[in-house]
Amino acid sequence: MSAAAGGSRSGTAGDWGGFEDNMQGGGSAVIDMENMDDTSGSSFEDMGEMHQRMKEEEEEEGETGAAEDEDGEFLGMKGLRGQLGRQVADQMWQVGKRQATRAFSLYANIDILRPYFDVEPIQVRARLMESMIPVKMINFPQKIAGELYGPLMLVFTLVAILLHGMKTSDTIIREGTLMGTAIGTCFGYWLGVSSFIYFLAYLCNAQITMVQMLSLLGYGLFGHCITLFVTYNIHFHSLFYIFWLGVGGLSTLRMVAVLVSRTVGHTQRLILCGTLAALHMLFLLYLHFAYHKVVEGILDTLEGPNMPPFQRVARDIPLVSNAVLNTTAKAIALTL
Amino acid sequence: MAASEGGVDGGPLFAGLADVSISGDIPVEGEITVPVGSRSPDEDYSTLDEPVKDTIMRDLKAVGKKFVHVMYPKKSSALLRDWDLWGPLVLCVSLALMLQGGSADSKDDGGPQFAEVFVIIWFGAVVITLNSKLLGGTISFFQSLCVLGYCIMPLTVAMLVCRLVLLAGSGTISFIIRLIVVVAMFGWSTLASTAFLADSQPPNRKGLVVYPIFLFYFVISWMILTFTPQ
Repeated sequence: MSAAAGGSRSGTAGDWGGFEDNMQGGGSAVIDMENMDDTSGSSFEDMGEMHQRMKEEEEEEGETGAAEDEDGEFLGMKGLRGQLGRQVADQMWQVGKRQATRAFSLYANIDILRPYFDVEPIQVRARLMESMIPVKMINFPQKIAGELYGPLMLVFTLVAILLHGMKTSDTIIREGTLMGTAIGTCFGYWLGVSSFIYFLAYLCNAQITMVQMLSLLGYGLFGHCITLFVTYNIHFHSLFYIFWLGVGGLSTLRMVAVLVSRTVGHTQRLILCGTLAALHMLFLLYLHFAYHKVVEGILDTLEGPNMPPFQRVARDIPLVSNAVLNTTAKAIALTL
Repeated sequence: MAASEGGVDGGPLFAGLADVSISGDIPVEGEITVPVGSRSPDEDYSTLDEPVKDTIMRDLKAVGKKFVHVMYPKKSSALLRDWDLWGPLVLCVSLALMLQGGSADSKDDGGPQFAEVFVIIWFGAVVITLNSKLLGGTISFFQSLCVLGYCIMPLTVAMLVCRLVLLAGSGTISFIIRLIVVVAMFGWSTLASTAFLADSQPPNRKGLVVYPIFLFYFVISWMILTFTPQ
Protein backbone atom coordinates (compact mmCIF):
# COMPACT_ATOMS: atom_id res chain seq x y z
CA MET A 1 0.00 0.00 0.00
CA SER A 2 2.68 2.37 1.02
CA ALA A 3 4.61 1.38 -2.05
CA ALA A 4 1.66 2.34 -4.17
CA ALA A 5 1.35 5.60 -2.33
CA GLY A 6 5.00 6.28 -2.90
CA GLY A 7 4.58 5.57 -6.56
CA SER A 8 1.64 7.87 -6.85
CA ARG A 9 3.51 10.52 -4.96
CA SER A 10 6.28 10.30 -7.44
CA GLY A 11 3.61 10.63 -10.10
CA THR A 12 2.31 13.83 -8.55
CA ALA A 13 5.84 15.04 -8.17
CA GLY A 14 6.21 14.59 -11.87
CA ASP A 15 3.00 16.54 -12.33
CA TRP A 16 4.17 19.32 -10.18
CA GLY A 17 7.48 19.38 -11.92
CA GLY A 18 5.68 19.73 -15.20
CA PHE A 19 3.52 22.41 -13.72
CA GLU A 20 6.46 24.40 -12.51
CA ASP A 21 8.21 24.04 -15.81
CA ASN A 22 5.18 25.30 -17.60
CA MET A 23 4.79 28.18 -15.26
CA GLN A 24 8.35 29.12 -15.82
CA GLY A 25 7.89 28.91 -19.53
CA GLY A 26 4.85 31.17 -19.33
CA GLY A 27 6.63 33.55 -17.01
CA SER A 28 9.63 33.84 -19.24
CA ALA A 29 7.42 34.50 -22.22
CA VAL A 30 5.68 37.30 -20.39
CA ILE A 31 8.97 38.77 -19.34
CA ASP A 32 10.10 38.60 -22.92
CA MET A 33 7.12 40.64 -23.92
CA GLU A 34 7.88 43.12 -21.18
CA ASN A 35 11.38 43.50 -22.46
CA MET A 36 10.10 44.00 -25.93
CA ASP A 37 7.94 46.93 -24.90
CA ASP A 38 10.91 48.98 -24.00
CA THR A 39 12.32 48.80 -27.47
CA SER A 40 8.90 50.06 -28.57
CA GLY A 41 9.80 49.27 -32.13
CA SER A 42 8.57 45.74 -31.71
CA SER A 43 7.31 44.44 -34.96
CA PHE A 44 4.33 42.32 -35.59
CA GLU A 45 6.26 39.35 -36.75
CA ASP A 46 7.81 39.02 -33.32
CA MET A 47 4.42 39.17 -31.77
CA GLY A 48 3.06 36.51 -34.06
CA GLU A 49 6.04 34.32 -33.42
CA MET A 50 5.58 34.70 -29.72
CA HIS A 51 1.96 33.67 -29.99
CA GLN A 52 2.86 30.72 -32.13
CA ARG A 53 5.46 29.62 -29.65
CA MET A 54 3.08 29.95 -26.75
CA LYS A 55 0.50 27.90 -28.59
CA GLU A 56 3.00 25.21 -29.44
CA GLU A 57 4.16 25.07 -25.90
CA GLU A 58 0.63 24.66 -24.72
CA GLU A 59 -0.06 21.89 -27.17
CA GLU A 60 3.09 20.10 -26.26
CA GLU A 61 2.34 20.29 -22.66
CA GLY A 62 -1.18 19.05 -23.29
CA GLU A 63 0.24 15.97 -24.91
CA THR A 64 2.68 15.26 -22.13
CA GLY A 65 -0.12 15.85 -19.65
CA ALA A 66 -2.20 13.19 -21.37
CA ALA A 67 0.71 10.77 -21.33
CA GLU A 68 1.25 11.35 -17.65
CA ASP A 69 -2.41 10.85 -17.06
CA GLU A 70 -2.24 7.29 -18.30
CA ASP A 71 0.87 6.66 -16.33
CA GLY A 72 -0.69 7.99 -13.18
CA GLU A 73 -3.78 5.88 -13.63
CA PHE A 74 -1.71 2.79 -14.01
CA LEU A 75 0.37 3.51 -10.97
CA GLY A 76 -2.15 5.02 -8.59
CA MET A 77 -5.07 2.76 -9.46
CA LYS A 78 -5.29 1.32 -5.98
CA GLY A 79 -4.34 4.34 -3.95
CA LEU A 80 -7.36 6.43 -3.06
CA ARG A 81 -5.17 9.00 -1.42
CA GLY A 82 -3.02 9.24 -4.49
CA GLN A 83 -6.05 9.81 -6.65
CA LEU A 84 -7.32 12.49 -4.38
CA GLY A 85 -3.95 14.17 -4.44
CA ARG A 86 -3.87 13.95 -8.17
CA GLN A 87 -7.31 15.45 -8.46
CA VAL A 88 -6.49 18.34 -6.21
CA ALA A 89 -3.25 18.94 -8.06
CA ASP A 90 -5.11 18.71 -11.35
CA GLN A 91 -7.71 21.17 -10.20
CA MET A 92 -5.15 23.61 -8.91
CA TRP A 93 -3.21 23.29 -12.10
CA GLN A 94 -6.33 24.00 -14.13
CA VAL A 95 -7.20 27.06 -12.08
CA GLY A 96 -3.65 28.32 -12.22
CA LYS A 97 -3.46 27.79 -15.93
CA ARG A 98 -6.73 29.62 -16.50
CA GLN A 99 -5.60 32.57 -14.43
CA ALA A 100 -2.22 32.65 -16.09
CA THR A 101 -3.72 32.60 -19.56
CA ARG A 102 -6.18 35.32 -18.61
CA ALA A 103 -3.44 37.55 -17.24
CA PHE A 104 -1.30 36.82 -20.23
CA SER A 105 -4.05 37.60 -22.72
CA LEU A 106 -4.68 40.92 -20.98
CA TYR A 107 -1.03 41.80 -21.30
CA ALA A 108 -0.87 40.48 -24.83
CA ASN A 109 -3.83 42.60 -25.86
CA ILE A 110 -2.08 45.75 -24.73
CA ASP A 111 1.09 44.59 -26.41
CA ILE A 112 -0.65 43.77 -29.65
CA LEU A 113 -2.05 47.30 -29.75
CA ARG A 114 1.28 48.89 -28.97
CA PRO A 115 2.77 49.03 -32.47
CA TYR A 116 -0.18 51.15 -33.58
CA PHE A 117 0.74 53.76 -31.02
CA ASP A 118 4.33 53.98 -32.10
CA VAL A 119 4.45 57.58 -33.28
CA GLU A 120 6.35 60.80 -32.76
CA PRO A 121 4.64 64.15 -32.20
CA ILE A 122 6.06 65.43 -35.47
CA GLN A 123 4.54 62.53 -37.37
CA VAL A 124 1.15 63.17 -35.84
CA ARG A 125 1.35 66.84 -36.74
CA ALA A 126 2.36 66.04 -40.29
CA ARG A 127 -0.48 63.55 -40.65
CA LEU A 128 -2.99 66.04 -39.31
CA MET A 129 -1.84 68.50 -41.93
CA GLU A 130 -1.89 65.87 -44.63
CA SER A 131 -5.41 64.88 -43.74
CA MET A 132 -6.54 68.24 -45.15
CA ILE A 133 -4.53 68.05 -48.36
CA PRO A 134 -6.01 65.89 -51.06
CA VAL A 135 -3.34 64.45 -53.30
CA LYS A 136 -4.36 63.94 -56.87
CA MET A 137 -2.34 60.88 -57.61
CA ILE A 138 -4.49 57.94 -58.53
CA ASN A 139 -2.15 55.80 -60.58
CA PHE A 140 -0.08 54.65 -57.68
CA PRO A 141 -1.50 53.42 -54.36
CA GLN A 142 -1.02 56.11 -51.77
CA LYS A 143 0.51 55.25 -48.46
CA ILE A 144 -1.71 55.06 -45.39
CA ALA A 145 -0.08 54.91 -42.01
CA GLY A 146 -1.61 52.21 -39.87
CA GLU A 147 -1.62 54.20 -36.69
CA LEU A 148 -4.30 54.64 -34.08
CA TYR A 149 -3.03 57.33 -31.71
CA GLY A 150 -4.09 60.26 -33.85
CA PRO A 151 -7.53 58.88 -34.72
CA LEU A 152 -8.25 57.96 -31.12
CA MET A 153 -7.30 61.40 -29.86
CA LEU A 154 -9.34 63.04 -32.59
CA VAL A 155 -12.37 60.97 -31.64
CA PHE A 156 -11.97 61.98 -28.01
CA THR A 157 -11.60 65.60 -29.04
CA LEU A 158 -14.77 65.26 -31.06
CA VAL A 159 -16.50 63.80 -28.00
CA ALA A 160 -15.44 66.82 -25.94
CA ILE A 161 -16.59 69.23 -28.65
CA LEU A 162 -19.92 67.42 -28.93
CA LEU A 163 -20.38 67.58 -25.17
CA HIS A 164 -19.77 71.30 -25.37
CA GLY A 165 -22.28 71.62 -28.19
CA MET A 166 -24.87 69.60 -26.34
CA LYS A 167 -24.47 71.60 -23.17
CA THR A 168 -24.77 74.96 -24.85
CA SER A 169 -27.74 73.83 -26.84
CA ASP A 170 -29.53 72.53 -23.74
CA THR A 171 -29.97 69.21 -25.38
CA ILE A 172 -31.95 66.92 -23.14
CA ILE A 173 -31.65 63.25 -23.69
CA ARG A 174 -34.17 60.96 -22.13
CA GLU A 175 -32.97 57.55 -21.08
CA GLY A 176 -29.31 58.42 -21.26
CA THR A 177 -26.57 60.86 -20.46
CA LEU A 178 -24.99 63.47 -22.69
CA MET A 179 -21.65 61.85 -22.11
CA GLY A 180 -22.85 58.44 -23.19
CA THR A 181 -24.56 59.85 -26.25
CA ALA A 182 -21.50 61.81 -27.34
CA ILE A 183 -19.19 58.85 -26.88
CA GLY A 184 -21.63 56.51 -28.55
CA THR A 185 -22.10 58.81 -31.52
CA CYS A 186 -18.42 59.41 -32.16
CA PHE A 187 -17.15 55.91 -31.56
CA GLY A 188 -20.16 54.44 -33.31
CA TYR A 189 -19.49 56.53 -36.37
CA TRP A 190 -15.77 55.83 -36.37
CA LEU A 191 -15.98 52.09 -35.84
CA GLY A 192 -19.23 51.54 -37.69
CA VAL A 193 -18.40 53.45 -40.83
CA SER A 194 -14.87 52.06 -40.88
CA SER A 195 -16.14 48.51 -40.76
CA PHE A 196 -18.82 49.26 -43.33
CA ILE A 197 -16.36 50.84 -45.76
CA TYR A 198 -13.91 48.05 -45.10
CA PHE A 199 -16.62 45.59 -46.04
CA LEU A 200 -17.39 47.58 -49.18
CA ALA A 201 -13.68 47.77 -49.96
CA TYR A 202 -13.51 44.02 -49.63
CA LEU A 203 -16.37 43.68 -52.08
CA CYS A 204 -14.84 46.23 -54.45
CA ASN A 205 -11.43 44.68 -54.19
CA ALA A 206 -9.70 47.72 -52.78
CA GLN A 207 -6.33 47.24 -51.15
CA ILE A 208 -6.85 48.43 -47.63
CA THR A 209 -6.69 46.85 -44.21
CA MET A 210 -8.97 47.48 -41.30
CA VAL A 211 -6.34 49.37 -39.36
CA GLN A 212 -5.58 51.56 -42.34
CA MET A 213 -9.28 52.23 -42.75
CA LEU A 214 -9.61 53.20 -39.10
CA SER A 215 -6.61 55.47 -39.42
CA LEU A 216 -7.87 57.07 -42.62
CA LEU A 217 -11.34 57.76 -41.30
CA GLY A 218 -9.99 58.85 -37.94
CA TYR A 219 -7.73 61.45 -39.46
CA GLY A 220 -10.65 62.45 -41.66
CA LEU A 221 -12.42 63.51 -38.47
CA PHE A 222 -9.92 66.33 -38.05
CA GLY A 223 -11.96 68.46 -40.44
CA HIS A 224 -15.09 67.71 -38.43
CA CYS A 225 -13.37 68.75 -35.22
CA ILE A 226 -12.29 72.10 -36.66
CA THR A 227 -15.65 72.80 -38.24
CA LEU A 228 -17.70 71.89 -35.20
CA PHE A 229 -15.41 73.67 -32.77
CA VAL A 230 -15.71 76.89 -34.74
CA THR A 231 -19.38 76.69 -35.56
CA TYR A 232 -20.57 75.67 -32.11
CA ASN A 233 -19.07 78.91 -30.88
CA ILE A 234 -19.72 81.27 -33.78
CA HIS A 235 -23.22 80.87 -35.01
CA PHE A 236 -23.68 81.85 -38.61
CA HIS A 237 -25.31 79.50 -40.99
CA SER A 238 -23.30 80.82 -43.90
CA LEU A 239 -20.08 80.32 -41.96
CA PHE A 240 -21.04 76.76 -41.25
CA TYR A 241 -21.75 76.04 -44.87
CA ILE A 242 -18.41 77.54 -45.90
CA PHE A 243 -16.64 75.40 -43.34
CA TRP A 244 -18.73 72.40 -44.23
CA LEU A 245 -17.78 72.61 -47.88
CA GLY A 246 -14.26 73.90 -47.34
CA VAL A 247 -12.79 72.07 -44.37
CA GLY A 248 -15.10 69.09 -44.34
CA GLY A 249 -14.89 68.82 -48.10
CA LEU A 250 -11.10 68.89 -48.09
CA SER A 251 -10.78 66.11 -45.55
CA THR A 252 -13.38 64.07 -47.43
CA LEU A 253 -11.56 64.66 -50.70
CA ARG A 254 -8.36 63.48 -49.16
CA MET A 255 -9.94 60.20 -48.08
CA VAL A 256 -11.60 59.80 -51.44
CA ALA A 257 -8.31 60.40 -53.25
CA VAL A 258 -6.56 57.77 -51.16
CA LEU A 259 -9.32 55.25 -51.68
CA VAL A 260 -9.46 55.91 -55.41
CA SER A 261 -5.74 55.32 -55.72
CA ARG A 262 -6.16 51.95 -54.06
CA THR A 263 -9.13 50.71 -56.05
CA VAL A 264 -9.25 49.39 -59.56
CA GLY A 265 -12.26 49.90 -61.80
CA HIS A 266 -14.57 52.85 -62.29
CA THR A 267 -17.73 51.36 -60.83
CA GLN A 268 -15.93 50.13 -57.76
CA ARG A 269 -14.31 53.50 -57.22
CA LEU A 270 -17.64 55.26 -57.59
CA ILE A 271 -19.45 52.99 -55.16
CA LEU A 272 -16.75 53.09 -52.52
CA CYS A 273 -15.93 56.77 -52.66
CA GLY A 274 -19.51 57.90 -53.14
CA THR A 275 -20.61 56.03 -50.03
CA LEU A 276 -17.72 57.30 -47.95
CA ALA A 277 -18.14 60.91 -49.10
CA ALA A 278 -21.88 60.91 -48.53
CA LEU A 279 -21.60 59.36 -45.07
CA HIS A 280 -18.78 61.65 -44.00
CA MET A 281 -20.38 64.88 -45.15
CA LEU A 282 -23.83 64.00 -43.86
CA PHE A 283 -22.40 63.06 -40.47
CA LEU A 284 -20.92 66.54 -40.13
CA LEU A 285 -24.24 68.06 -41.10
CA TYR A 286 -26.03 65.92 -38.56
CA LEU A 287 -23.61 66.74 -35.77
CA HIS A 288 -23.97 70.43 -36.45
CA PHE A 289 -27.73 70.64 -36.65
CA ALA A 290 -28.56 68.08 -34.02
CA TYR A 291 -26.70 69.96 -31.29
CA HIS A 292 -26.76 73.46 -32.60
CA LYS A 293 -27.92 76.47 -30.70
CA VAL A 294 -28.45 80.16 -31.27
CA VAL A 295 -26.07 82.81 -30.04
CA GLU A 296 -27.86 83.79 -26.85
CA GLY A 297 -27.53 80.36 -25.42
CA ILE A 298 -23.92 80.41 -24.38
CA LEU A 299 -24.12 83.90 -22.92
CA ASP A 300 -27.09 82.85 -20.90
CA THR A 301 -25.36 79.79 -19.55
CA LEU A 302 -22.48 81.94 -18.47
CA GLU A 303 -24.47 84.81 -17.02
CA GLY A 304 -26.52 82.83 -14.59
CA PRO A 305 -30.13 82.23 -13.77
CA ASN A 306 -31.18 85.82 -13.13
CA MET A 307 -31.43 86.62 -16.77
CA PRO A 308 -34.78 86.05 -18.37
CA PRO A 309 -35.00 82.76 -20.11
CA PHE A 310 -33.48 83.23 -23.49
CA GLN A 311 -35.68 83.42 -26.47
CA ARG A 312 -34.94 80.85 -28.98
CA VAL A 313 -34.70 82.79 -32.18
CA ALA A 314 -37.10 81.09 -34.48
CA ARG A 315 -34.67 79.25 -36.57
CA ASP A 316 -35.62 79.04 -40.16
CA ILE A 317 -36.49 75.41 -40.03
CA PRO A 318 -37.74 75.19 -43.62
CA LEU A 319 -34.53 76.74 -44.80
CA VAL A 320 -32.47 74.26 -42.84
CA SER A 321 -34.46 71.31 -44.00
CA ASN A 322 -34.24 72.69 -47.50
CA ALA A 323 -30.51 72.83 -47.13
CA VAL A 324 -30.43 69.31 -45.80
CA LEU A 325 -32.54 68.19 -48.71
CA ASN A 326 -30.30 70.03 -51.12
CA THR A 327 -27.17 68.51 -49.72
CA THR A 328 -28.72 65.09 -49.61
CA ALA A 329 -29.70 65.49 -53.22
CA LYS A 330 -26.20 66.66 -54.03
CA ALA A 331 -24.68 63.75 -52.22
CA ILE A 332 -26.96 61.34 -53.96
CA ALA A 333 -26.13 62.97 -57.25
CA LEU A 334 -22.50 62.58 -56.34
CA THR A 335 -23.01 58.97 -55.49
CA LEU A 336 -24.83 58.14 -58.68
CA MET B 1 7.62 -2.59 -7.66
CA ALA B 2 6.29 0.91 -7.45
CA ALA B 3 8.68 1.71 -4.67
CA SER B 4 11.60 0.62 -6.73
CA GLU B 5 10.31 2.81 -9.53
CA GLY B 6 10.00 5.69 -7.15
CA GLY B 7 13.55 5.06 -6.09
CA VAL B 8 14.68 5.06 -9.67
CA ASP B 9 12.75 8.26 -10.25
CA GLY B 10 14.22 9.87 -7.20
CA GLY B 11 17.70 8.56 -7.88
CA PRO B 12 18.79 10.96 -10.62
CA LEU B 13 17.34 13.90 -8.73
CA PHE B 14 19.60 13.53 -5.75
CA ALA B 15 22.46 11.70 -7.36
CA GLY B 16 24.07 14.98 -8.28
CA LEU B 17 23.79 16.29 -4.77
CA ALA B 18 25.85 13.50 -3.28
CA ASP B 19 28.84 14.44 -5.36
CA VAL B 20 28.77 18.02 -4.28
CA SER B 21 31.22 18.77 -1.55
CA ILE B 22 32.62 22.14 -0.66
CA SER B 23 36.13 22.11 0.58
CA GLY B 24 37.09 24.50 3.27
CA ASP B 25 39.53 26.72 1.40
CA ILE B 26 37.23 27.79 -1.45
CA PRO B 27 35.64 31.03 -0.36
CA VAL B 28 31.90 31.00 -0.79
CA GLU B 29 30.53 34.12 -2.36
CA GLY B 30 27.35 35.89 -1.38
CA GLU B 31 25.81 36.70 1.95
CA ILE B 32 24.48 33.71 3.74
CA THR B 33 23.74 35.11 7.16
CA VAL B 34 20.23 34.52 8.33
CA PRO B 35 18.66 37.64 9.87
CA VAL B 36 17.42 36.14 13.11
CA GLY B 37 18.46 38.60 15.73
CA SER B 38 18.32 41.81 13.80
CA ARG B 39 14.84 43.05 13.02
CA SER B 40 14.11 44.47 9.65
CA PRO B 41 12.78 48.03 9.65
CA ASP B 42 9.37 46.84 8.50
CA GLU B 43 8.81 44.91 11.66
CA ASP B 44 9.27 48.00 13.77
CA TYR B 45 6.05 49.34 12.31
CA SER B 46 3.96 46.49 13.52
CA THR B 47 0.44 47.76 13.23
CA LEU B 48 -1.25 44.91 15.00
CA ASP B 49 -1.39 46.42 18.46
CA GLU B 50 -1.60 50.12 17.76
CA PRO B 51 -4.76 52.12 18.44
CA VAL B 52 -7.18 52.56 15.55
CA LYS B 53 -6.77 56.30 15.86
CA ASP B 54 -3.08 56.01 14.97
CA THR B 55 -3.84 53.92 11.93
CA ILE B 56 -6.40 56.37 10.61
CA MET B 57 -4.21 59.35 11.41
CA ARG B 58 -1.28 57.80 9.58
CA ASP B 59 -3.37 57.23 6.47
CA LEU B 60 -4.84 60.70 6.68
CA LYS B 61 -1.35 62.12 6.99
CA ALA B 62 -0.26 60.24 3.89
CA VAL B 63 -3.21 61.63 1.96
CA GLY B 64 -2.53 65.12 3.27
CA LYS B 65 1.12 64.90 2.28
CA LYS B 66 0.09 64.07 -1.24
CA PHE B 67 -2.23 67.05 -1.32
CA VAL B 68 0.73 69.23 -0.40
CA HIS B 69 2.75 67.60 -3.16
CA VAL B 70 0.13 68.52 -5.69
CA MET B 71 0.02 72.09 -4.48
CA TYR B 72 3.83 72.36 -4.77
CA PRO B 73 4.53 70.17 -7.76
CA LYS B 74 8.18 69.46 -7.23
CA LYS B 75 9.90 66.63 -9.02
CA SER B 76 9.16 64.22 -6.27
CA SER B 77 8.37 60.58 -6.50
CA ALA B 78 6.38 60.39 -3.28
CA LEU B 79 3.13 60.62 -5.19
CA LEU B 80 4.22 57.81 -7.44
CA ARG B 81 5.86 55.52 -4.93
CA ASP B 82 3.03 54.70 -2.60
CA TRP B 83 -0.16 55.37 -4.41
CA ASP B 84 -3.59 55.32 -2.89
CA LEU B 85 -7.00 56.10 -4.29
CA TRP B 86 -8.51 57.68 -1.19
CA GLY B 87 -7.58 61.20 -2.16
CA PRO B 88 -8.89 60.86 -5.72
CA LEU B 89 -12.12 59.37 -4.39
CA VAL B 90 -12.65 62.20 -1.92
CA LEU B 91 -11.81 64.86 -4.51
CA CYS B 92 -13.95 63.28 -7.17
CA VAL B 93 -16.97 62.87 -4.92
CA SER B 94 -16.72 66.39 -3.54
CA LEU B 95 -16.37 67.87 -7.03
CA ALA B 96 -19.33 65.88 -8.30
CA LEU B 97 -21.42 66.87 -5.28
CA MET B 98 -20.63 70.54 -5.76
CA LEU B 99 -21.43 70.33 -9.45
CA GLN B 100 -24.70 68.58 -8.72
CA GLY B 101 -26.25 71.90 -7.75
CA GLY B 102 -29.08 70.66 -5.56
CA SER B 103 -31.54 70.36 -8.38
CA ALA B 104 -32.15 66.70 -8.10
CA ASP B 105 -35.88 67.03 -7.61
CA SER B 106 -36.46 69.58 -10.34
CA LYS B 107 -36.85 68.28 -13.81
CA ASP B 108 -33.84 67.65 -15.95
CA ASP B 109 -32.01 70.90 -16.46
CA GLY B 110 -29.08 69.75 -18.51
CA GLY B 111 -26.68 70.47 -15.66
CA PRO B 112 -23.97 67.98 -14.89
CA GLN B 113 -25.26 65.10 -12.86
CA PHE B 114 -23.31 63.37 -10.15
CA ALA B 115 -22.90 60.19 -12.13
CA GLU B 116 -21.80 62.05 -15.20
CA VAL B 117 -19.00 63.89 -13.43
CA PHE B 118 -17.97 60.74 -11.65
CA VAL B 119 -17.84 58.75 -14.86
CA ILE B 120 -16.02 61.48 -16.78
CA ILE B 121 -13.29 61.65 -14.17
CA TRP B 122 -12.70 57.92 -13.84
CA PHE B 123 -13.21 57.05 -17.46
CA GLY B 124 -10.96 59.89 -18.55
CA ALA B 125 -8.24 58.89 -16.11
CA VAL B 126 -8.38 55.29 -17.29
CA VAL B 127 -8.16 56.36 -20.93
CA ILE B 128 -5.16 58.60 -20.24
CA THR B 129 -3.46 55.80 -18.36
CA LEU B 130 -4.04 53.27 -21.11
CA ASN B 131 -2.80 55.79 -23.63
CA SER B 132 0.40 56.37 -21.72
CA LYS B 133 0.88 52.61 -21.38
CA LEU B 134 0.40 52.19 -25.10
CA LEU B 135 2.88 54.93 -25.86
CA GLY B 136 5.47 53.02 -23.90
CA GLY B 137 5.30 54.67 -20.50
CA THR B 138 6.93 52.89 -17.59
CA ILE B 139 4.33 53.65 -15.00
CA SER B 140 1.89 51.28 -13.41
CA PHE B 141 -1.83 51.60 -13.93
CA PHE B 142 -2.78 52.64 -10.43
CA GLN B 143 0.14 55.02 -10.00
CA SER B 144 -1.09 56.96 -12.97
CA LEU B 145 -4.69 56.90 -11.73
CA CYS B 146 -3.48 58.16 -8.36
CA VAL B 147 -1.55 61.07 -9.85
CA LEU B 148 -4.37 62.08 -12.17
CA GLY B 149 -6.87 61.86 -9.34
CA TYR B 150 -4.81 63.92 -6.93
CA CYS B 151 -4.18 66.55 -9.59
CA ILE B 152 -7.91 67.29 -9.75
CA MET B 153 -7.46 69.11 -6.46
CA PRO B 154 -6.80 72.57 -7.93
CA LEU B 155 -9.99 72.22 -9.93
CA THR B 156 -11.93 71.23 -6.82
CA VAL B 157 -10.60 74.36 -5.16
CA ALA B 158 -11.66 76.36 -8.22
CA MET B 159 -15.14 74.87 -7.92
CA LEU B 160 -15.30 75.93 -4.28
CA VAL B 161 -14.27 79.47 -5.19
CA CYS B 162 -16.80 79.54 -8.00
CA ARG B 163 -19.61 78.57 -5.69
CA LEU B 164 -18.58 81.25 -3.20
CA VAL B 165 -18.42 83.85 -5.96
CA LEU B 166 -21.79 82.73 -7.25
CA LEU B 167 -23.20 83.19 -3.75
CA ALA B 168 -22.11 86.81 -3.87
CA GLY B 169 -23.91 87.32 -7.12
CA SER B 170 -23.72 86.57 -10.77
CA GLY B 171 -22.81 89.15 -13.32
CA THR B 172 -20.04 90.05 -15.68
CA ILE B 173 -17.54 90.70 -12.88
CA SER B 174 -18.32 87.42 -11.20
CA PHE B 175 -17.91 85.64 -14.50
CA ILE B 176 -14.53 87.27 -15.08
CA ILE B 177 -13.37 86.27 -11.60
CA ARG B 178 -14.52 82.72 -12.18
CA LEU B 179 -12.85 82.63 -15.57
CA ILE B 180 -9.53 83.74 -14.13
CA VAL B 181 -9.71 81.30 -11.23
CA VAL B 182 -10.69 78.36 -13.38
CA VAL B 183 -8.07 79.06 -16.04
CA ALA B 184 -5.35 79.42 -13.40
CA MET B 185 -6.37 76.20 -11.67
CA PHE B 186 -6.66 74.39 -14.98
CA GLY B 187 -3.08 75.36 -15.78
CA TRP B 188 -2.01 74.28 -12.33
CA SER B 189 -3.63 70.86 -12.66
CA THR B 190 -2.13 70.23 -16.05
CA LEU B 191 1.33 71.38 -15.03
CA ALA B 192 1.30 69.35 -11.82
CA SER B 193 0.20 66.13 -13.47
CA THR B 194 2.69 66.62 -16.29
CA ALA B 195 5.49 67.20 -13.82
CA PHE B 196 4.72 63.89 -12.15
CA LEU B 197 3.94 61.83 -15.21
CA ALA B 198 6.33 63.18 -17.81
CA ASP B 199 9.38 61.46 -16.35
CA SER B 200 7.92 58.04 -16.93
CA GLN B 201 7.51 58.64 -20.64
CA PRO B 202 10.00 58.39 -23.45
CA PRO B 203 11.34 61.92 -23.87
CA ASN B 204 10.36 62.39 -27.48
CA ARG B 205 6.72 61.56 -26.87
CA LYS B 206 5.81 63.85 -24.01
CA GLY B 207 3.56 65.92 -26.24
CA LEU B 208 1.49 62.92 -27.15
CA VAL B 209 0.92 62.06 -23.50
CA VAL B 210 0.21 65.61 -22.44
CA TYR B 211 -2.51 66.18 -25.02
CA PRO B 212 -5.14 63.80 -23.53
CA ILE B 213 -4.32 65.12 -20.05
CA PHE B 214 -4.91 68.61 -21.32
CA LEU B 215 -8.20 67.57 -22.90
CA PHE B 216 -9.31 65.80 -19.72
CA TYR B 217 -8.71 68.75 -17.42
CA PHE B 218 -10.09 71.10 -20.03
CA VAL B 219 -13.43 69.32 -20.10
CA ILE B 220 -13.64 69.30 -16.30
CA SER B 221 -12.71 72.96 -15.98
CA TRP B 222 -15.17 73.89 -18.68
CA MET B 223 -17.90 72.11 -16.73
CA ILE B 224 -16.89 74.07 -13.66
CA LEU B 225 -16.90 77.36 -15.49
CA THR B 226 -20.33 76.89 -17.01
CA PHE B 227 -21.85 75.69 -13.77
CA THR B 228 -24.77 77.72 -12.48
CA PRO B 229 -26.74 76.69 -9.42
CA GLN B 230 -30.44 76.39 -10.01
